[in-house]
Amino acid sequence: MQLIQLSDWLLDIAFLLYVISSIVFVVAMTGKNWAGRDPKQHEQRYGRIAYWLAVVGFLAQTGYVVARWVGGGHSPTSNMFEFMAFLDYCIILAYLIIYRIYKLNVIGAFVLPLGVIMLAYSYVFPKEVTPLIPSLQSYWLHIHVTTAALGEGILAVGFAAGLMYLIRTVPQHVSARSTKWLEFVLAVVLMLVGFILMESTFARMDHKTIFEMNKEQMNPVGTMEKVRVEYTMPAIVAPADSKIVQAGPMNPWFAAPSWMEGKDAARKLNTMLWSVITGVILYGGLRLIFRKRLGALIQPSVEGIEPDLLDEISYRAISIGYPVFTLGALIFAMIWAQEAWGRFWGWDPKEVWALIVWLFYSAYLHLRLSRGWIGAKSAWMSVIGFVIILITLVVVNLVIAGLHSYAGV
Amino acid sequence: MNKTNRTYVRVAVLGLLLVALVFALYSSFVKDPNAVKVGGDAPNFSLEQLNGPELALDDLKGKGVVLNFWGTWCEPCKKEMPALQEQYNKFKDKGLVVVGVNIGEAPVAVEPFVKQFGVDFPILLDRQSQITKLYRIGPIPTTFFIAPDGEVKEIFIGQLNEAMIADKMSKILPK
Amino acid sequence: MDQRKCECGHTNPVGTLLCESCGKPLNVEVYEQTAFPDMRYEGMARRSQTYTKKWIDRIWNYFSSVKIAIGIIIVILVASAVGTIFPQQQYIPVPVPTEADVARFYTDTYGVLGTVYYGLGFHNLYSSWWFVTLLVLLGTSLVICSLDRVIPLYKALSKPRLNQHKSFLKGQKLFAEGELAPDVDQAELLDSSALALKKKGYRIFRAERAIMAEKGRFSRWGPYVNHIGLILFLIGVLMRNIPGFYMDEFVWVREGQTVAIPDTPYYIKSENYHTEYWSEEEMPAKLELNGGVIPKSFQTDAILYVNKNAEVPGKKPDLIEVQKGPIIVNHPMMEGDLAIYQSGVQEMQLGALNFVLVDVKQGNKELGPIKIDLYNPAAEQEIAAGIKVRVLDYFPDFVMGKDGKPATQTNLPKNPMVALEIADESTNQNEKLVYLQGSVLTQKSDGRFGLVFKKPDLIDISGLNVRIDKAVPLIYFGAFIFMIGVVMGFFWQHRRVWVQTQEGTVLLAAHTNKNWFGLRREVDGLVEQLKLPVTVEEKTKA
Repeated sequence: MQLIQLSDWLLDIAFLLYVISSIVFVVAMTGKNWAGRDPKQHEQRYGRIAYWLAVVGFLAQTGYVVARWVGGGHSPTSNMFEFMAFLDYCIILAYLIIYRIYKLNVIGAFVLPLGVIMLAYSYVFPKEVTPLIPSLQSYWLHIHVTTAALGEGILAVGFAAGLMYLIRTVPQHVSARSTKWLEFVLAVVLMLVGFILMESTFARMDHKTIFEMNKEQMNPVGTMEKVRVEYTMPAIVAPADSKIVQAGPMNPWFAAPSWMEGKDAARKLNTMLWSVITGVILYGGLRLIFRKRLGALIQPSVEGIEPDLLDEISYRAISIGYPVFTLGALIFAMIWAQEAWGRFWGWDPKEVWALIVWLFYSAYLHLRLSRGWIGAKSAWMSVIGFVIILITLVVVNLVIAGLHSYAGV
Repeated sequence: MNKTNRTYVRVAVLGLLLVALVFALYSSFVKDPNAVKVGGDAPNFSLEQLNGPELALDDLKGKGVVLNFWGTWCEPCKKEMPALQEQYNKFKDKGLVVVGVNIGEAPVAVEPFVKQFGVDFPILLDRQSQITKLYRIGPIPTTFFIAPDGEVKEIFIGQLNEAMIADKMSKILPK
Repeated sequence: MDQRKCECGHTNPVGTLLCESCGKPLNVEVYEQTAFPDMRYEGMARRSQTYTKKWIDRIWNYFSSVKIAIGIIIVILVASAVGTIFPQQQYIPVPVPTEADVARFYTDTYGVLGTVYYGLGFHNLYSSWWFVTLLVLLGTSLVICSLDRVIPLYKALSKPRLNQHKSFLKGQKLFAEGELAPDVDQAELLDSSALALKKKGYRIFRAERAIMAEKGRFSRWGPYVNHIGLILFLIGVLMRNIPGFYMDEFVWVREGQTVAIPDTPYYIKSENYHTEYWSEEEMPAKLELNGGVIPKSFQTDAILYVNKNAEVPGKKPDLIEVQKGPIIVNHPMMEGDLAIYQSGVQEMQLGALNFVLVDVKQGNKELGPIKIDLYNPAAEQEIAAGIKVRVLDYFPDFVMGKDGKPATQTNLPKNPMVALEIADESTNQNEKLVYLQGSVLTQKSDGRFGLVFKKPDLIDISGLNVRIDKAVPLIYFGAFIFMIGVVMGFFWQHRRVWVQTQEGTVLLAAHTNKNWFGLRREVDGLVEQLKLPVTVEEKTKA
């Protein structure tokens, strides 16, 4: 029990360090043109500080993983909180590996904020340690989920480098299709930020809206009762066929379609709508304040980096991440499925989406190796690839109920 | 490798891949290769009779067999039962037998039912639904019309009336 | 004309981009690096590009194109995604899926879109003929692409390019050229370069005025190895359609019951089913479960028998025990190729009704216990001397029929109704009693016999999944080979460095198939160490 307390603290420390590290990275990138500084020296100095902050944060998170593993009796990969926190851990780990190879610490300026977003996302889910239900009691739980998360983490670094490449190379003096798409990607990133802002703001306030659905479910005592859904955020969208039991700060505008089957689908849709809205507001606000495209705003800070190197890093990360992802998300998954259910493949939505990720990166590799898609095309693909991973992790759970829904993953 | 050889190799490789395609497509159409099909042989089985010894399908070779899968809970089966009995009476001397296979019920539940409808053709008890699974029975009643040589002539899912039964029975009479 | 002569005198097959002997580009005059042929297949003639006369060659060429392969991958990707928009038929909650029910489910649940989805056959997308065809086309592309490239690559790699034409070296992404001071011993320069590169793990090929250093050549085979793995995997998937290779059955077995496993000679008996729950002491942290519980294990203690009398299904079995043990989630019972999985349970189901027969007239004197086994009620049982109980009627799942007569809805004892006749032979007394829904109806208001309820027998019914999949070893093997291939191809790189001296100049060129950054570092290190009078330029293709 004390170990779990300790693991919570360690994770908080890691989170804090990642936040500070991100800020220092931003200082390293943007402050190099401050008066009276040698840009290179400034970037190196602050970059190094930020890097070491990230390393210490990573060590703290390693402590979290170990403490929670020992304290909980199983690898911390059994519910959505644990999985997202572990994915974050893998992203930072992948960053440290790539840093070892390329010694380019500024990649961290993109990876660490991504890490902060992921970790903040994990905080949204219930944090308690639950004992494993029978279907999860297999050593394949540890092997399959950790390897898959590691693969996804490395691919995420490929995305970060690809995005940097685009910001570095997409010409900002004219408005073109590429600048619009780049703005779109940045807006999506801001939506993730908006999501965390909303979630953490409303989690601290008591503005709950409670709905009762016209659907029954067995409660723990064994009697049937109507399903209740609790929103922490104000309701834009109500669950299908439901009525309000406890009104919140606002009345829902419409009801979710009935085919959204996932666990708490309407609540998640509501959250997603809020994220989109806040993201758009954040984006609009930034545009208004700086009066230029966000891409143009960030571009000067990455000007010193050679595009070829970014392209190389992105490709390298993907070419390392791809085998790891294949092994963890497909092969180990198949072996476990064979042991648990007697079929290695069942076209469960989660399985299919893992396959889609795999097919997409296969196409990426063929296009790059065989058709010479390097540079911008390759970078766009790395971004799209990560979007597909996010769909697999988030959207599939929102809309579709499958075999993986019990894990909340 | 010269040109002719190369062509042979290519023909062989593509041929093999074509075979794979045909096999894959065939398998995607024929989901269950063991299913009982019209034109195929009715698989042999042996079950205990209600109030009688074991009866095997092969024992009835040489006779036309109407194999009817039913249960007391099934309304259409109830409605169909007198018609089957009626036609059985008409055809039993012409080398035809009706066999009712009850699906997974206890004799004490089957017995009153059989008495109520005055059924006197053999009723087999498939206590564990083993034969029901062997014959891939979905909705009941399902009736197989089996020729004297054991070939399945027709599979009918749903309730039969007397005219239909008579028509189908006449097609499986021994020559 | 099938051949093409290079200025060095070597004759190359049609389609060759870089002379097999000296490396000079054959078709183009190379002024800029961008015009230099791609190094992917070392400039060898790819077979498919050579002959296009016959229709068979056209098909071959079509499938040997990577563009087509990527197209197939993308189409499969999109189709797979489409299949997840709505659940596939196997995952919809329709117990007996007749076509009409399935169609209705999609329409009722998802509206017009659902109707369209069903109409297009997307509810069984992954087994549809066109999806299967796509997978086979992918396999075809894998086979032909690999065959088409592996042979020229083998030829090229087994003949290391050593003494290369200057335009070949110039065409490389990393190239440097510099005047040598007249006093430099050129042979010694090459020797020391060779030594330096050897220390870095390179394998050295030496000619009089040239060295070529190479490492990680085997990584070039990675793509072919992983494609072979995928082909084996797909063959394995295809083999599951061979009769006998794959079986998927589901049986429900009650505690104490022995049932046949369809399509196999096996029988399985459930001795006991047991669900275990996590106790609070075992939980790592306090949870607010509101009185709920979290299951710890689902377990059926089973005995597997083989039937020696299996030729005729349904015939009285002659069972021999072959295995006994628990079947737990994640731990199937294995017997040869057969695997039995714990995959469902119906707990606390009615198994038998228990009563005590009493004589009302004698102050409820107990006459004896009556047990009605709901799965196989005895037609007659003797309760006490001369007193017999007969089952007249039994409806396991009672419902009042439309004709006003009692009937049953299913053959499962969900709501049993039993009509009993109690006969006392000594007094020739006959009385009828009917049990229904927890109460007893008597024929006469002042009858002699009465029934006192006892706790009924409750049993658990295990759902067991029985599967055979003989192709799994091949599928795993294919996956294993695939992993070896990708690791070979992605975690190592094929690097080559050329150093040549020509008339007072030194030429340095390097090539790798990935990680230019690492190669650049190595080449820079070499230049620095040997103090070569060159500056390395890296040209970009991007």
